[in-house]
Amino acid sequence: MKEFLRFLSRCIRITFIGDWRYQLWMLLLTVLALLGLNAYCKQLVYGLVETGMSDHVSWGLYIANFTFFVGIAAAVVMLVIFVYVYRDDKLHDLVIFGELFAVAVIVMCLLFVTVDLGRPDRFHHLLLRFNFPISMLTWDVIGLNGYLLLNLYVSTYLIYCAYRKREPRKALFVIPFVLITIVWAISIQLVEAFLYVGLSARPFWNNAIIAPRLLASAFAAGPAIIILTLQVIDRFTSHHVPGRAMLMLRQVVIVAMTLSIFLLISELFTEFYAGTAHISSTRYLYFGLHGYDGLVPWIWSAIALNVFALVILYLPIARNPQVLSFACILLIVGVWIEKGMGLVIPAFIPTPLGEIVEYTPTINEVLVCIGIWAFGLLVYTAFVRVAIPVLSGRLTYDQPFASAFSEIPHAQSSHTSAREKLP
Amino acid sequence: MTQHSADNTDAGPHHAKMTRRSFLRRGGVAVGGAAALVASLKPLMDPELDPGDLGSIQRFLQKHYKEMSTEDMDAALARIRNDVERRYGLRPDIRDIKPMDGVEFVFALNLSRCIGCRKCVHACVAENNQSRDPEIQYIRVLEMPKGTIDIERASHHYDRPKVPSEDHFYMPVQCHQCTRPPCVKVCPVEATWQEPDGITVIDYDWCIGCRYCEAACPYWARRFNFTPPRFASDEQIAQNPDIVKEQLNPDMSYLSNRPREKGVMEKCTFCLHRTREGKMPACLEVCPVGARKFGNVLNPDSDISRILRNKRVFVLKEEAGTLPRFFYYFDERRSRSGSDELDAPAAQSGEDA
Ligand code: SF4
Ligand code: SF4
Repeated sequence: MKEFLRFLSRCIRITFIGDWRYQLWMLLLTVLALLGLNAYCKQLVYGLVETGMSDHVSWGLYIANFTFFVGIAAAVVMLVIFVYVYRDDKLHDLVIFGELFAVAVIVMCLLFVTVDLGRPDRFHHLLLRFNFPISMLTWDVIGLNGYLLLNLYVSTYLIYCAYRKREPRKALFVIPFVLITIVWAISIQLVEAFLYVGLSARPFWNNAIIAPRLLASAFAAGPAIIILTLQVIDRFTSHHVPGRAMLMLRQVVIVAMTLSIFLLISELFTEFYAGTAHISSTRYLYFGLHGYDGLVPWIWSAIALNVFALVILYLPIARNPQVLSFACILLIVGVWIEKGMGLVIPAFIPTPLGEIVEYTPTINEVLVCIGIWAFGLLVYTAFVRVAIPVLSGRLTYDQPFASAFSEIPHAQSSHTSAREKLP
Repeated sequence: MTQHSADNTDAGPHHAKMTRRSFLRRGGVAVGGAAALVASLKPLMDPELDPGDLGSIQRFLQKHYKEMSTEDMDAALARIRNDVERRYGLRPDIRDIKPMDGVEFVFALNLSRCIGCRKCVHACVAENNQSRDPEIQYIRVLEMPKGTIDIERASHHYDRPKVPSEDHFYMPVQCHQCTRPPCVKVCPVEATWQEPDGITVIDYDWCIGCRYCEAACPYWARRFNFTPPRFASDEQIAQNPDIVKEQLNPDMSYLSNRPREKGVMEKCTFCLHRTREGKMPACLEVCPVGARKFGNVLNPDSDISRILRNKRVFVLKEEAGTLPRFFYYFDERRSRSGSDELDAPAAQSGEDA
């Protein structure tokens, strides 16, 4: 136990150490996170009027981001499946990076829900009267926190074993939890979809295809983000990521994105060919309604980005890391718009009484989101900062703390450098 | 979050000996970080902030409505009484009014009568102490072209010198007090529930403001306090400093019209502080044409029961499966039921509530 506490304190210390690029990157993230905090404090004092939301469009950017990131966090299982189900042990370290990533993303998700609450001071009411299993939101709370703990546990255990130079006891302490993680990840996606699908008041959501669509696009965007982070790790740290891993993830992205576009087409056909009265929201999203068309440019650029990215990914040049990253960025932006602007907001337009009020986020709201993104990246950078020297055997319990940097004079840039240019 | 940083490239074997320079630098960065943190928290020190807005221990410990003992409730009511008096300068008569046995409230609205004057909308705001700036309204009157009941064709913000318009009819919508309320199902903290008399209520001190219920309501009946409620605009207060006191309705109950706070949900409660004490809802009393009927559906002799039996009533969005307790009907020219006496404008619905 004492050893573990010492480990934690060393972890914290090491996150403050790095060369100037690392320092600058962390400083930048901290400043952005504080700006977000400042914006949030304003919202706390003056209320949610500080956002663009209204009684008409009562969920906005916060919930959109939340939905997107839940999918991203869940998609980390793709890595886990490769390593543990297909027994590709060489990629073992990648699972740790993936799980740390999931932890950082879930922290972001929890922050996004919290900033969306009108009364965050009453958070404890969730513990006192929990409307389980009736309210889907309670499933979500359990799902996300459980997923957070699972990933935190598995990654900490593996890293700590490396720190203590012990062989992890996989059969007992890792594999069972990893298997749970796989099922859990898919369930949080499903619960996320049920959150929307279950509302008969909103025909746009009340549609069985939402769940598979969410799953498909998450399993495209999630691995795409992981490809990007792995490339950054490969480029800016001493850790080498095998190219094979990227290509494998590329396959996942291709399959998931193809499926996603296929589902989109079948949904659009059903809605528009039948042309029932229920498609006002869909029509608003794709073509505009009664002269209101705020989302139209967004959704079409999202579709264009997704299709374009998919075409690039199918081509052989996508084996080139730069091209691969480029396609991934397009795809992530595309899915972000589609899952955010495209899934959450149109359901509120028109309102159940047929009124059309559009939604534009305010600067303050955007600042809060940027703050949360920055905080998530800060957390992830710190995790990676700890994980790399431990996994490479430079930071272990039997060596003095400073020895983790003993190579610094000659290898500074590659060991402790900044991880800039994250997505 | 502070960025102590440093200069650790010199953290070699001589790490223990911190140089003066690196000490100053670390200190400087720590102070800078702390200052940045404090600066970003600055909005919290706003002088306009009411102490009540940030919560108190008492409020933090207050239980859920259904778990409160009589003493707990008395304490909560006393706190609210004092809060209201401190903030608005008026001592309210606030009670916790329980539902009556053998009563289930139902509303019916005669669309042939309604002239779209919106008197009910404003009477409701005055009765239920909604925020005036911005104004929160529970009732939305839809102006519909004759020949359709497709609400997507309704006009919400019609503004005519004279109502009604010849080519339109008017359809007021408010909370339908559904028998199977989706809003109740989705609430993660059970801050909203259906009472035995059919009224869906909200514990304003329990709601966490997630707005899931607002997304779930098919009748767009819920309203959220995006701002701290204000009972008069700045200009109005400048003209008449007592206006808040004059506008506030002191007849309050815990589950209905006591002043809300920012960040919580609210909605129509069929004026339960009136109707549970035998009065009619404010919107009904003010209606100049007697389009609104209200009463206890469990009493077979009540007007409302007779309307449900004899009129061709319908509900809005039946397909949503919510089984509303709010019915609409049109007058029939040649009623086969012979219950025309119900429609005499003077017969202001049931006395049986
Ligand atoms: S009308 Fe809306 S708010 Fe009222 S009970 Fe039904 S679902 Fe709930
Ligand atoms: S806004 Fe309040 S009443 Fe509505 S679901 Fe959330 S906690 Fe429940």
